[in-house]
Amino acid sequence: MTASRLPTGGRIDRSKPLSVTFDGRPIDAFAGDSLASALLANDEILVGRSFKYHRPRGVFSAGVEEPNALVHLRTGGRHEPNARATMVEAFDGLVANAQNAWPSVRLDVRAANQLLAPFIGAGFYYKTFIGPFRGTRFWMFCERFIRRAAGMGSPGTLEDPDRYETVNLFCDVLVVGGGPAGLSAALAAGRAGAQVVLVEQDAQLGGALLSAPIGDPSDAWLEAIRSELSAMSNVRVLTRATVFGAYDHDVYGVVERVWDHVAAAPEGQPRQRFAVVRTKRTVMATGAIERPLVFGGNDRPGVMLAGAVRSYVNRYAVLPGRHMVVATNNDSAYATARDLAAAGADVTLVDARQTVPDELASQSRAEGVDLRPGCAVLSAKGRGRVAGAVIAPVSEEGRATAPGKTIACDLIAVSGGWSPTLHLWSQRQQKPVFDAEKACFVPAGDTVPTMTCAGDARAAGGLATAIADGFAAGENAVIATGATNAAGHVPEAPEPWPGDDWTRGIAPLWTVTRADGKPAGKAFVDLQNDVTTSDIDLAHREGYQAVEHLKRYTTTGMATDQGKLSNVNALARMAQLRDAEIADVGTTTFRPPYTPITIGALAGNETGHHFRATRLTTIDEWHREHGAVMTEAGAWLRPWYYPEAGEDVRAAYVREAAHVRQHVGIVDVSTLGKIAVQGPDAAEFLNRIYINGWKTLPVGRLRYGVMLREDGFVFDDGATARLGEHDYFMSTTTANAAPVLAFAERLLQTAWTDLEVHVTSITDQWAAIAVAGPKARDLLATVVGDADLSREALPNNHFTHGRISGVEVRVHRMSYSGELAYEIYVPALFGRAVWEALIAAGGPFNLKPYGTEAMGALRVEKGHVAGPELEGRTTLNDLRLEGFASTKKPFVGSVLRNRPALTDADRPTLVGLEIDGEVGALPGSLLFAAAGPTEGRGEGWVSSTTYSPALGRNIAMGLLKNGPSRMGETVRVVDFVGDRTLKATVVSHHFFDPEGERQNA
Amino acid sequence: MLRIPCPICGLRDETEFSYGGDASVKRPAMAETDPKAWMDYVFYRGNPRGRHLEYWHHVQGCRQWLVVERDTVSHVISGCRLAREVSP
Repeated sequence: MTASRLPTGGRIDRSKPLSVTFDGRPIDAFAGDSLASALLANDEILVGRSFKYHRPRGVFSAGVEEPNALVHLRTGGRHEPNARATMVEAFDGLVANAQNAWPSVRLDVRAANQLLAPFIGAGFYYKTFIGPFRGTRFWMFCERFIRRAAGMGSPGTLEDPDRYETVNLFCDVLVVGGGPAGLSAALAAGRAGAQVVLVEQDAQLGGALLSAPIGDPSDAWLEAIRSELSAMSNVRVLTRATVFGAYDHDVYGVVERVWDHVAAAPEGQPRQRFAVVRTKRTVMATGAIERPLVFGGNDRPGVMLAGAVRSYVNRYAVLPGRHMVVATNNDSAYATARDLAAAGADVTLVDARQTVPDELASQSRAEGVDLRPGCAVLSAKGRGRVAGAVIAPVSEEGRATAPGKTIACDLIAVSGGWSPTLHLWSQRQQKPVFDAEKACFVPAGDTVPTMTCAGDARAAGGLATAIADGFAAGENAVIATGATNAAGHVPEAPEPWPGDDWTRGIAPLWTVTRADGKPAGKAFVDLQNDVTTSDIDLAHREGYQAVEHLKRYTTTGMATDQGKLSNVNALARMAQLRDAEIADVGTTTFRPPYTPITIGALAGNETGHHFRATRLTTIDEWHREHGAVMTEAGAWLRPWYYPEAGEDVRAAYVREAAHVRQHVGIVDVSTLGKIAVQGPDAAEFLNRIYINGWKTLPVGRLRYGVMLREDGFVFDDGATARLGEHDYFMSTTTANAAPVLAFAERLLQTAWTDLEVHVTSITDQWAAIAVAGPKARDLLATVVGDADLSREALPNNHFTHGRISGVEVRVHRMSYSGELAYEIYVPALFGRAVWEALIAAGGPFNLKPYGTEAMGALRVEKGHVAGPELEGRTTLNDLRLEGFASTKKPFVGSVLRNRPALTDADRPTLVGLEIDGEVGALPGSLLFAAAGPTEGRGEGWVSSTTYSPALGRNIAMGLLKNGPSRMGETVRVVDFVGDRTLKATVVSHHFFDPEGERQNA
Repeated sequence: MLRIPCPICGLRDETEFSYGGDASVKRPAMAETDPKAWMDYVFYRGNPRGRHLEYWHHVQGCRQWLVVERDTVSHVISGCRLAREVSP
């Protein structure tokens, strides 16, 4: 055992032991542990395998930046891949397993990938697209292998049993980060009376202060601020919450892990909550992330960030090793060395700087630390875990100036400086600039004036500076929001730990190499994506030198790392190779999410049937009670068919359609779009928006109309009735109800502002019922009161008012089926009552309901166009509707419909197709001449298809080149998907009763 | 997410609106028969970097068409008026 739990100290609760397992082995853990700290306390050093080479990896960090310790968490429906062990709070019953390894993380056969390393360096995948194996069977074989090997954790396959919810938050000041700067900012803003939301990703407030030894002076400071904040009703503190995205206009995405820290959320509680925060000002107190050092074997388990080691010792009371090497190029690691020595480890501190600040040097030597200035770790030794470090004196560029000496150790703690966490700041289109003195990217100016960085996030300096900086940022944010109370004074900062100001006197150290400039072994710049310095070198050699190219070619900074650890070291290496400054190389663009978030949280309650609203007609329940099989039509559910004993869809619709032609049928058409067009200029408006004339339509009549888009293609069709002098009732297709209304509003509000017309959606206010068939009039005569429905009084395209069961209704005589037919418009709430009255009266007439499938069969028999023909690429000429277009007036699209390409005589044009044989054509089948090649896009396509009971055969509508001149020709109908070819005869699309005698009966 | 100051409804989320494109184009008069005028209106757009006048339809709100002045670089919205009150 080398890593172990300390007998005392830490911020864990030793009175609350937890039952945790890793790969089936029990792990001792206490409340307050993270999964990573519990693993370390149990000397579980090897916890993962790397992405590409399957090299053994151990816990590297103590935070969101963790690249290695990604594990499978929980089981069953709660299974979760790629969980960062450093961010998982230990809980009773926690089950974790290693991932990306087979058969186990300790013995992973895919570690053989390392032997292939020379062939799977940067860009290897792209290279498989070119060269000798491209498109060969061998490449296909490799492709399969590559795909299987790619990826880390395995996703779950079971339904997630947990609840998630979505909320909206509004505030004056959003503070991101609950460390010293963020707490001070929230305090200033809160005292001034602003509405404040403070978001911290950890379970505890405190940030870096939590890594100080228990009893540190900062504990009292933290407690005082915490209690003052919790007493403020205008400050809302969200812990276990991550601001993952910063969006335009000061909108932020936050996911709060409400009950992720227990085995299962309490009944009725959400596991996670997605909050959309809208704020006036934001303080980014996001801190900084420590940078690794790049040297040979720097990925071995036992190499860890120095700040993380300090966290494990002080916060979790875990001593991750006995014989430590701490390697640094800045002041911050001295606190780690001090705390390790205090915990009983023997510590060698190698500082690449030739001169070390005096007080730090004398202090650490006094604490028993073996300090070696001007030295660096050249490489890490050991298999499976660190067993030694090769230490050598180095030049300013990081080249060894003498042969290295190996010292035995079981842990190497590294600090290459710190990188301000600018992901969120940068998401709002801002590029940070490189500060050479502080050796990090810093936020540049406030190009988004509502957002300010504070503390470590802008490399402000040490602890006291961060507190003052945060407080000032909070105060300034509040002034902008108009709060007037005084914020008071900056809280006095506690005594800092040694080297708390990492920005002071840092000496950049990008790669530690041998005297020849090469690293001593594989030196990783991106642990998560297995990117080494030689991959960067390769990218440079092959011309991928721009920063965005470098990222994509090598994959550095991708996946969950998102540049947190890898970015600066990779850029620095490229800068060296290009002989440029890091500032000139630049940095990549950061995009949300900052850390991975679950789809469940984003979806909230909008899953399954709640994904979007389902629209139901007011007659819906009757349909279900009478066995209707429903189908989706946009957001609507409509009866598809009403099966009688044993019928499938085909048998049912054929029977229903035949029944309509022989007796009488009833269908719910409430889903049709309905728009009230009202005002003195209503007729002029209709005259402009429809292709046909409307000025002469008298009150009491209705007319079929077609409308075009501005570009001259067909948009929609439907009937419009003139209810009164200035009052029209427009109907649209079900699918286009909303677009037609929006288009009408656009024209009236942006172009035709002189027209006095109102358009109002009344789709939901009216139920609509079509009654069709030879006996329709006889049936209605028995049930509609106060109306004369006789042939003479109510011819086709007329309407009348009447009454059914006491309900005032409007009866439009119009036909979609081609039969004698009426559409009855009923105030929506009475839809079912009127429907049932009609059903009750229909007995003697053998009235039967029919669904959308039979409705479709009837309209194809008549050759009416519908959705499949009004598909946005068809013109009036294509659909043989040009005869409706007025030549006497302009209308929407009247000029552009005459563009040469739209009037080309060669365009596919609407025809009918009589299909040979028992099998019908499938929509989307292509049409080819009887003889000739079956190549390309053919001469047209099938749009709608049905079996016609009236004709006793399969028929279809389609668009065919020069269609009208090819009547009687035989064509081939080719279904490439089903690999079937049918023969068909081209006929008029008016298959049945072309003279329209039946509907005029 | 953009937040649009609708003159009728106040400051509302972009998700309540639908985008209607360039608002600086003027629809030709109905009697216009020159296809070029219509092509310009329907197809040709400037795609400016910076200040842009654009239509937004408050489709989930008051259903008014709005003319929004937005900077295409910073997304800052500096004006929002009812389209019917903006002389095209």
